[in-house]
Amino acid sequence: MARSLMLDTIDRSEEGEQWDLIIRAGKGWFNLHLRDLWRYRDLISLFIKRDFATFYKQTAFGPLWYIIHPILVTVVFNIIFNKIAGISTDGIPSFLFYFSGSVAWGYFASCLDQASGTFVKNAGIFGKVYFPRLTVPVSVVIINLVKFSIQLALFVGFYIYFIAGGSTVRPTLFILLLPVLVFQMALLSLGMGILVSSLTTKYRDLTYVMSFAVQLWMYASSIVFPASRVPEKFLPFYMANPMVSVVELFRYSFFGKGMHDPFYIAISWAVTVMVLFGGIMLFSRIEKSFMDTV
Amino acid sequence: MPQTVIKVDGLSKQYRYGVIGHGTLYKDIESWWARLRGKEDPNVRITEHVGPGLDGEWFWALRDVSFEVQQGEVLGIIGRNGAGKSTLLKILSRVTTPTTGVVKIKGGIASLLEVGTGFHQELTGRENVYLNGVILGMTKAEIKSKFDEIVDFSGIERFIDTPVKRYSSGMYVRLAFAVAAHLEPEILFVDEVLAVGDVEFQKKCLGKMEDVAKEGRTILFVSHNMAAIRSLCRRTILLDKGELLMDSATNEVVAHYLGQNLVGGAVASKADIEQRMEGKINRSNPSVRFRRIAMLAQDGVPKNSFDSDEDIIVSITFECLRAVRNLHVLVSVVDENNFPILSTQNVDDSTITTNFHRLDPGVYDASCILPGNTFGGRRFFLTVCLVNLKTEHVTVKKILEFEVKFQGYNNSYGGSGDVFFRPRLKWMMRPVDGEGLSIHQR
Repeated sequence: MARSLMLDTIDRSEEGEQWDLIIRAGKGWFNLHLRDLWRYRDLISLFIKRDFATFYKQTAFGPLWYIIHPILVTVVFNIIFNKIAGISTDGIPSFLFYFSGSVAWGYFASCLDQASGTFVKNAGIFGKVYFPRLTVPVSVVIINLVKFSIQLALFVGFYIYFIAGGSTVRPTLFILLLPVLVFQMALLSLGMGILVSSLTTKYRDLTYVMSFAVQLWMYASSIVFPASRVPEKFLPFYMANPMVSVVELFRYSFFGKGMHDPFYIAISWAVTVMVLFGGIMLFSRIEKSFMDTV
Repeated sequence: MPQTVIKVDGLSKQYRYGVIGHGTLYKDIESWWARLRGKEDPNVRITEHVGPGLDGEWFWALRDVSFEVQQGEVLGIIGRNGAGKSTLLKILSRVTTPTTGVVKIKGGIASLLEVGTGFHQELTGRENVYLNGVILGMTKAEIKSKFDEIVDFSGIERFIDTPVKRYSSGMYVRLAFAVAAHLEPEILFVDEVLAVGDVEFQKKCLGKMEDVAKEGRTILFVSHNMAAIRSLCRRTILLDKGELLMDSATNEVVAHYLGQNLVGGAVASKADIEQRMEGKINRSNPSVRFRRIAMLAQDGVPKNSFDSDEDIIVSITFECLRAVRNLHVLVSVVDENNFPILSTQNVDDSTITTNFHRLDPGVYDASCILPGNTFGGRRFFLTVCLVNLKTEHVTVKKILEFEVKFQGYNNSYGGSGDVFFRPRLKWMMRPVDGEGLSIHQR
């Protein structure tokens, strides 16, 4: 009885009323809620503050790890790949070569790692309240800038020390484009991260695959050897890995040596944009049904 | 004319029983590879289980639900567990999407499906207030302007800069609710969050909800607490198995809902009882089992509607499968919220003839009389418990519902008698010498 009354009123009021929010079944592939994302910018900044504060509070050394980690990695790479395997570093001081690689890769890898946990790690909150889910991975790529800046400053310190010590490496004007490189890494890790995060809602074992996939990816990204060592005929395939171009340009801007062919830069950007769009499409599809499958 | 701010039209939500996919990529590939070679899928579950719960079977958590809410209305949503209340709120608060149907909303919304969403153990109370507030949809500036109020409401000023991991659970909840209470959306969805904290704090929360309602905000309130629903909502909807069963004035709907909950009539069979048994139960090798629980009138005829001057006989038939020592039979009368009103045990009565200290195997009947002229005129529930000390402790909660119609005493008007007890007590009244009138006399 009550229901039939209801239906009457619904039929009458379809006359172009203004609604602030319409929730329907629609399974759109590309709904980013960009306006919502902007409206929730305070949330992004608080997520950043939270992660920063908890990092300080939880670990004894806090940000000291940011410094120890790349130095240790650099020393190990230096011994294994340069001293033992004898891989050339294109005339760049090997310490700086590995350090630059691990700083750039470090940013990308930790963004990717954290962004790929978006759905699974936040299932509790996501099940209880709505906010644009994209705030989580976006805050991840921003918070990691802090760590990246610290490591970059450390790198610049060593860089100046080496130049003062008589090294012949010199920066190029490309160094002005450094923010663009960081931006590209942020976009790529965001895209890849949300792609993986969406897939892990269906396939939980992907989480384990990811941890070693990132390791393997690193070895295929010019971190331990320069792209110039790659045979000519494999180069186009090799450069399809967007991180190669990023790392090579990073080195080129500081050392004047490294791949900086505009064609490869374009490919790298094209792949980055494709990954990002693919990630966003899957993410916006998964975020709607996610709570029903977890 | 009040404006419609929420319009729910033909809303349905379908869920699937059991596991969706295999959950791992490895197994999906394995199944796919097996099918490709024409072999049997190694991951198909061999199961004889049929009926609801079978994998791949769909069920409707919500089915064609339509209603409207006017601005400033406080709408109650009630129903049994699994009726679809929480699913409805989840769709409205955009946590999940409907399968079909549309919801249209005018104005800003905030939902409280839980208190303390996003609280982080390592952060201080202050930091968590900001984080939680923003998660719930406030801006930093809004929280800043209300910060003192929030802290004041929570009553934990002294600990606001302490990490919440050091808080007691009570403090934690108070702070979390304080944030939620200061949300100022046009529309608020609340799901049972009042069921936390101590009684004092619950009252404070209910009071706050009333204030919010008075300010003209729209609230949708899901609760099992009928007292809270009655005091907050004028209109209530009743959901049952995903369908909207009733949409009307709160009193009417609550009465219907409570009536609907009535199990059978005056007699609960063995099957009814076994469905509702809880406690420490030895299922494989029980020593005692209920056979029947019944409410009887003085003439032994089962019934569940009594006049207030009638005696009510509660009869419990049980079987001892082994010799049992010290068997206690407990009868409690509780209200609709499971709040105990009265309790009695077989061992209370020293005149009982059977030696309950040692019962031989066999079937027994334990009866007690709830005397007339005791209860007020309302609905009650019966909870029965068998305790075989140390080994078994079987409780059947709210197994029977009964109502008492208050008759009044001495043919005088006694009100509706809508209280737990309305006993006939001894009164004395006499004039008092030398007091009161004495001032005028001197």
